[in-house]
Amino acid sequence: MSRGVWTMCWCTACILLLAGCSGWQSALDPKGPAANELAWLIWFFTALCTVVWLLVMAVLIVPLARRPAPVGDPLVLDAAAERSKMRIVVAALAATALILVGLTLLSYFANRTLAAIGSDAALTIRVTGHQWWWEVRYENDQPNRILTTANEIHIPAGEPVRLVVTSTDVIHSFWVPNLSGKLDVIPGHENVLDLKADKPGVYRGQCAEFCGAQHANMSTFIIAEPRPVFDAWLNDQLRPAAAPVSAEAKTGHDLFLKRPCVMCHKIGGTIAGGTVAPNLTHIASRQTLAAGTLTMSRGNLAAWIANPQGIKPGAHMPVVRLDGDELNAIVAYLEGLK
Amino acid sequence: MNRCLPCLLSAMLVLAACQREERETRPQSALGSGDQPAAVTALEPGGQRPTSSDNKAGVFEANAFHLSEGKRLFNWFNCSGCHANGGGGMGPALMDQKWLYGSSIESIHATIRDGRPNGMPSFRDTIPDDQIWELAAFVRALSGNAPSSAAPGRDDDMMPHPSENRLPDAATLGKSP
Ligand code: HEC
Ligand code: HEC
Ligand SMILES: [Cu+2]
Repeated sequence: MSRGVWTMCWCTACILLLAGCSGWQSALDPKGPAANELAWLIWFFTALCTVVWLLVMAVLIVPLARRPAPVGDPLVLDAAAERSKMRIVVAALAATALILVGLTLLSYFANRTLAAIGSDAALTIRVTGHQWWWEVRYENDQPNRILTTANEIHIPAGEPVRLVVTSTDVIHSFWVPNLSGKLDVIPGHENVLDLKADKPGVYRGQCAEFCGAQHANMSTFIIAEPRPVFDAWLNDQLRPAAAPVSAEAKTGHDLFLKRPCVMCHKIGGTIAGGTVAPNLTHIASRQTLAAGTLTMSRGNLAAWIANPQGIKPGAHMPVVRLDGDELNAIVAYLEGLK
Repeated sequence: MNRCLPCLLSAMLVLAACQREERETRPQSALGSGDQPAAVTALEPGGQRPTSSDNKAGVFEANAFHLSEGKRLFNWFNCSGCHANGGGGMGPALMDQKWLYGSSIESIHATIRDGRPNGMPSFRDTIPDDQIWELAAFVRALSGNAPSSAAPGRDDDMMPHPSENRLPDAATLGKSP
């Protein structure tokens, strides 16, 4: 191949590699102050360490490439040459110590900035990791304004929010790379993560600590919206579930309450009050199903309910025997829960 | 060749360790349906429900995965609300050797599915059949009636006893070996 073709290949490869750095789940494409701080830190660390590495390599390679000097009489001492070698070693040691202390200080101050982001947060959201989905609870002083939902975290853009993360089963890790660093989610312990999204958008997050069979299918979405849109969303979600309109949906409603679904799931305004599985009060308003495993659609809803173990093997929702009509009715009901 | 053979053999032995217990998460319709006819009377001679031809029991009884699922569901479905963590409350203790309605997994399955007259509700429609079998297998483990190699080894809550795999074996309990 000619040189031109090689250059072309290299350039394309580099562009493709860099393209991986942008997008809705990338720590190198920061969309908030916390992620900004971290991105700056990683770039600075990488650049400095690259420079140091290149210097060390140069110092190694130059003498290797040079013709070796003739070996003199080992018993003759050249005090001046010894001293200058000593000085070089001491200088290198001092530079190493200085760089290490400098980097430590940098990360210390970055940490302080991270800690200060949410000190005046108006909104506290409790995020609980379950195998393999996220429970999201909006705290409020008024008990009737506490909202519980799942997998999707709506936040007002441009405002700091405080996430209190904990778990009920095993250790998970909460990580939305565009907005902040990772934080471990530990059973019986509360960790606090402050973050802010500068602009409206959808940012994907992923459990970052292996937590069992479906760890890979345990994602979350932070949806940042302008304040008025967020407030409208919150008020909407606080309403009890929509009553079924069609006859089919009515049948689905009755079936849901008579079948195992009622043991695990909650639908606000009905007798379904289970708290061990995602709250379905406004399931149809979410963009995905089963922690980002499927996109929301009638077909996917039906597929999930018919065979959750085929889609997410090991997930804690069992296969419930339903015939075709029953399945359709339940899907018709859930589809109406906007 | 002579040197390869031992290597190959030991590699095969090592690989054999990769075998893991199957986790059967879908209903096993090929086995019995579990849809036995409803009991017509709560009276059962000797407290023992005549075991039916349903051969699901064997699949669930000594399977570590199903036992641990049963342990999780025992809390999820609030059995613990009436039976505590086996110690008993409004419902009888399940960690002792006294059985009102028989100790076989089939009897316990029937208890959970059809309920019992003095306050045990029926879960016929609200728990899928496989999950009832998982619960029944776990209930037996609560009193040391499951092999310790399969019984759950993990406690997520404060429990009145060590995890089930460390319970004394019910079969030999109180008897000199
Ligand atoms: C034993 C408890 C249990 C039962 C019974 C159960 N589910 Fe679930 N369900 C779950 C769990 C746990 C999840 C979350 C699974 C995951 O994402 O890993 C879930 C997820 C779902 C979801 C997706 C929710 C979301 O936010 O993405 C829907 C819809 C759903 N279930 C509907 C049903 C219906 C309808 C029934 C009755 C036929 C039912 N479930 C019975 C435990 C249960
Ligand atoms: C509302 C309270 C209540 C709940 C909930 C409940 N039980 Fe019971 N259970 C009882 C009572 C009361 C009895 C005794 C019934 C009798 O004597 O007729 C009982 C009996 C039993 C027995 C028979 C014990 C024996 O000695 O033969 C088993 C097994 C059992 N329950 C398991 C369960 C399981 C598993 C669950 C959860 C799916 C559960 N129970 C949920 C109240 C409850
Ligand atoms: Cu995980």
